[in-house]
Amino acid sequence: MTTTDTQILPAAAETAEMLSGAQMIMRALGELGVEVIFGYPGGAVLPIYDEIFKQNSIRHILVRHEQAAVHAAEGYARSTGKPGVVLVTSGPGATNAVTGLTDALLDSIPVVCLTGQVARHLIGNDAFQEADTVGITRPCTKHNYLVKDPALIPDIIYEAFYVATNGRPGPVVIDLPKDVQIEKAPYKLSGQKAHRTYRPQVEGDEEKILDAIRLLAKAERPIIYSGGGVINAGPEASELLVAFARETGIPVTSTLMGLGAFPASDKQFLGMLGMHGTWEANHAMHDCDVMLAVGARFDDRVTGRTDAFSPGSKKIQIDIDLSSINKNIPVDVGIVGDAASVLKRMVTLWRDLKAKDHQPSLDAWWKQIAHWRAKKCLSYTDSTDVIMPQKAIERLQALTADRNPVISTEVGQHQMWAAQFLGFDRPNCWLTSGGLGTMGYGLPAAIGAQVAFPDRLCIDVAGEASIQMNIQEMSTANQYKLPVKVFILNNEFMGMVRQWQDLTYDGRRSESYSDALPDFVKLAEAYGWKGIRVSDPKDLDAAILEMINHDGPVMVDCLVSKIENCFPMVPAGAAHNEMLLSGDVVVQPSSDEARAVV
Amino acid sequence: MQEQGTIARHTISVIVDNEAGVLARVIGLFSGRGYNIESLTVASVDAEAKRSRITVVTTGTRMVIEQIKAQLDRLVPVHKVADLTVDGKFVSRELALVKVRGEGEKRVEALRLADAFRANTVDSTRTSFVFELTGSADKIDAFVELMSELGLVEVARTGAAALSRGADGL
Ligand SMILES: Cc1ncc(C[n+]2csc(CCOP(=O)(O)OP(=O)(O)O)c2C)c(N)n1
Ligand SMILES: [Mg+2]
Repeated sequence: MTTTDTQILPAAAETAEMLSGAQMIMRALGELGVEVIFGYPGGAVLPIYDEIFKQNSIRHILVRHEQAAVHAAEGYARSTGKPGVVLVTSGPGATNAVTGLTDALLDSIPVVCLTGQVARHLIGNDAFQEADTVGITRPCTKHNYLVKDPALIPDIIYEAFYVATNGRPGPVVIDLPKDVQIEKAPYKLSGQKAHRTYRPQVEGDEEKILDAIRLLAKAERPIIYSGGGVINAGPEASELLVAFARETGIPVTSTLMGLGAFPASDKQFLGMLGMHGTWEANHAMHDCDVMLAVGARFDDRVTGRTDAFSPGSKKIQIDIDLSSINKNIPVDVGIVGDAASVLKRMVTLWRDLKAKDHQPSLDAWWKQIAHWRAKKCLSYTDSTDVIMPQKAIERLQALTADRNPVISTEVGQHQMWAAQFLGFDRPNCWLTSGGLGTMGYGLPAAIGAQVAFPDRLCIDVAGEASIQMNIQEMSTANQYKLPVKVFILNNEFMGMVRQWQDLTYDGRRSESYSDALPDFVKLAEAYGWKGIRVSDPKDLDAAILEMINHDGPVMVDCLVSKIENCFPMVPAGAAHNEMLLSGDVVVQPSSDEARAVV
Repeated sequence: MQEQGTIARHTISVIVDNEAGVLARVIGLFSGRGYNIESLTVASVDAEAKRSRITVVTTGTRMVIEQIKAQLDRLVPVHKVADLTVDGKFVSRELALVKVRGEGEKRVEALRLADAFRANTVDSTRTSFVFELTGSADKIDAFVELMSELGLVEVARTGAAALSRGADGL
């Protein structure tokens, strides 16, 4: 998504048409290639909604809650690589959007959110549906604007898209007082060539790239740790990551957000790392001698205890955001730049310098990795009486792989099992809330992806608790005939919470039982969806096939084992190489210190 | 060079677009991420180009100071960030107004000390003075300390304004 050209605004027009603020908004969005807006109307955005009514080129998807509008825009953005656009009213509309904005900020998703505001002369008066939107959203956006003059609308909208999509992507809010939407002004762009201040560094420093190549060429136990930044840098970055891994023969692990950038089926892939990462990925990270982090930010779910994180390695980090480098873990070589641009240079240099000829053999390292792999850390005990959640995901994977589905998730155990077992071979197919861990993300995100790709299979892998957090969006899917599928791993628990309580609070399952659940099949039917319930392992495949073969939205209530835990797991306050596996007897010191780390 | 783990004081200059909310962004960054602010000053310095200069005095380990600079730098309305403490020699001044109440010997002593510190007397009554003093934070600390024994009533300080020494600007 990062572009090298600095032109953010087209040249100024000779004559300027007089337009209302609302007309200017629609004009600018059209010029910027916006195809769809996810929104919800209200008093403070009526002028914009009136313009939406009068045109056909931009589609409006009416959600049922503003939080879902932002998640849908995120799903759209993550699956297409284009920015997602949101429109909400003032006050409660804007505050409802805050969770989505924070989610987009933490996962670096480009979203432009237009919020209505009370008329300029009412600002600060506690007017009806007034909220200090720029104040509230300042810490949860990459940038925000309060537009006080309609003549500035075109420039601000162009700039907002530039800021949202360049550098490290993120959400941008444009707060629009109602009278500014009504007032007329000449539609004129300033024709400014480059942004005044915001010019992210795209190309990496050549000397540092050379340092990185030298380190990697000498490494005996190297690893590539790839993150969401590779996906944000566009499909080319994923191709270059594969090319570099092939050239060098280095094993690759990925963060939750980075899944799909490197093909999961490739023999050089070690699986996901971190708290619920694989045995081989976490051990390889811990024992490596040179680590190349690409678009990954050493998040605490990845590092575990920082003082025990990969203690003996030289670390190289490529990131578009200088502030991500040396934030949590000090690195030896920090390269600020776009992942695609830097990887491209690395592939070229590796070839030109014939680094391969000097590279020590990685055979011993791969042998060690094979040894870790032999642990088969994702294995679980299957059952003929009850559907194991891992089994359900494995079957979902097997029965849908040929359709190249877009998968979203909610948050909890099901999310981790999906990450472990789905195996993505392509970028932009995996939509999950990694940084904020927002329950209720998955259904609207799947809707956003389905809007972008009407003919693709879009599945939300859900938990019975999370799905209830944006369940109202079933109505949105019905209205727009979006054939999204929701596959609920129903364990009757907030499974991830229960797992932590069992492991660190001596099994006191405080408030983590999903009581009084709705009948999901009847609920589906009430919303005009197809509902399927499955509980017998024998019927699992048939249920999945029925789901994917139905040409409308389907909700599957898949009743699974209730107290299965998600492994491997790096427990509270532990190092990467101290993982628990399925079947381990868990003797956890429930120290306050350990409880506080997580 | 500052040792890895030690905490040191840094004076950081930030040139920003003089637009609504920019100060809130900077302050919000410090409070939101738990960075320390010892002092912060801001004023428009170029009306035509609509630029303001913010001078922040903060403390932290080397990694934290690097973070602060990187975080400031990625705010959209920020033009430039410079760490005066690491970039070379710099001058830093603040202004203080110091009100002292007293009679007789103490009053004479306060005046004498003010003179020694090159403070100006900007208000005086029979029983009080307001002194105006510019200088480094240390100098002002020392002056306030001395006045506390001579009838100090209250102090107002601006916080540091700082520039690098030599011919080059930011
Ligand atoms: C909005 C929100 N509230 C609370 C949490 C804390 N939380 C994390 S996982 C989880 C339980 C999720 O339960 P469910 O959706 O059934 O998924 P499971 O773990 O059982 O697969 C909770 C409450 C959260 N992540 N997001
Ligand atoms: Mg559950």
